[in-house]
Amino acid sequence: MLDKNGIAKRIAKELQDGYFVNLGIGIPTLVANYIPEGIEVEFQSENGVLGMGPFPFQGEEDPDIINAGKQTITTMPGASFFDSATSFNMIRGQHVDLTILGAMEVSEDGDIANWKIPGKMVKGMGGAMDLVASAENIIVAMMHTNKAGASKLLKNCSLPLTGVNCVKKVVTNLALLEITEKGFKLLERAPGVSVDDIRNATEGNLIVEGDIPEMKFD
Amino acid sequence: MIRKTVPNVTEALSGVKDNMTLMLGGFGLCGIPENAIAELVKLNTTGLTCISNNAGVDDFGLGLLLQKKQITKMVSSYVGENDEFERQMLSGELDVELIPQGTLAERCRAAQGGFPAFYTPAGYGTEVAEGKETREFNGKMYVLEHAFKADFAFVKAWKGDEAGNLIFKGTARNFNPCMCGAAKITVAEVEELVPAGTLDPDQVHIPGIFVQRIFQGERYEKRIEQRTVRKRE
Repeated sequence: MLDKNGIAKRIAKELQDGYFVNLGIGIPTLVANYIPEGIEVEFQSENGVLGMGPFPFQGEEDPDIINAGKQTITTMPGASFFDSATSFNMIRGQHVDLTILGAMEVSEDGDIANWKIPGKMVKGMGGAMDLVASAENIIVAMMHTNKAGASKLLKNCSLPLTGVNCVKKVVTNLALLEITEKGFKLLERAPGVSVDDIRNATEGNLIVEGDIPEMKFD
Repeated sequence: MIRKTVPNVTEALSGVKDNMTLMLGGFGLCGIPENAIAELVKLNTTGLTCISNNAGVDDFGLGLLLQKKQITKMVSSYVGENDEFERQMLSGELDVELIPQGTLAERCRAAQGGFPAFYTPAGYGTEVAEGKETREFNGKMYVLEHAFKADFAFVKAWKGDEAGNLIFKGTARNFNPCMCGAAKITVAEVEELVPAGTLDPDQVHIPGIFVQRIFQGERYEKRIEQRTVRKRE
């Protein structure tokens, strides 16, 4: 089974040279720590920076330079700042190659719910609806089940949707899955996790074809 | 040169009345018009509709107006940092319209640029699109969203000149440029107000034509919401 860093590490293997990537808050943020050697990617943060770098050293924080999680950050050589409308032109116009974000629920059709629990948690969608409606390649990073043990990979989402038919892949603590027309296609198992474990934790239609390899990490 | 300078925040906010619709720049606490917000608290204007990406934190930014119940409606994309906000919203005291962040930015820019409405894919198939016109373009579905209408826009820039030309710094730019000229009156506050001719016209982010009033902010706290650092190796 993977922890949050393990999920981030597996997703990082999906990065390709030359990708512009938008990372959501939570597990997706950790992906930046595991960029494969020999490739160049640039991170976009929708509040208005392209070429986001690591956190600043203590004493070098700049209140005017933050990411979408409101954290103090630095910038890489070649970085740029821009306004919010320009930022979402990058996203809506599909100039950003890959979006990685967290979710509360994903359906077998690729619907995603991650912004609201009616009557309980109402924080807002931020940029998530724009991102999922526009991005060509969306990977969801999340735990396979919720705290109560219920599956988060469902036939239909029960929570208010963020977007429809948009998620391409899901990486959880148990597995890497691809969304296909017939449902969740199991591509890889997390270390020490069996196909049955994954089947038991998946409510939506799970497609298992042939031997499912275990994830490999360098 | 058409001068836009006003001597202080009090004059900058003259004409602000109860029940008005205000735009306020900023993302989180980054690039918020701190001085205009402080003056709104002092004026105790009520019944306000505020268009702003976030609602501040409990004791800073728009949170200060929420504490005093000066706001009756918020139009935002993310409000998760403010407990008082969540309490007022769940209890029904505060009317809230949550909209996607890119749609929020574009509704400002549409107002700035004279577009009545535009189509965006954001929110299609979700409750955000309920009751709205949808249309297919090239096999994909889009939602019709309308330009905002606001009485005042309060923005914050790093530097500005007497002509109202503005330069922003870092990610404090965010929604500020989109809101300039998107309301009947745009009020810009700056950290440094310089004489006309000082700024390089090539480096101006927002031309003064979009700004009606500009003033030098008295002080900036620039509070950091999430201070994240790394260790020196």
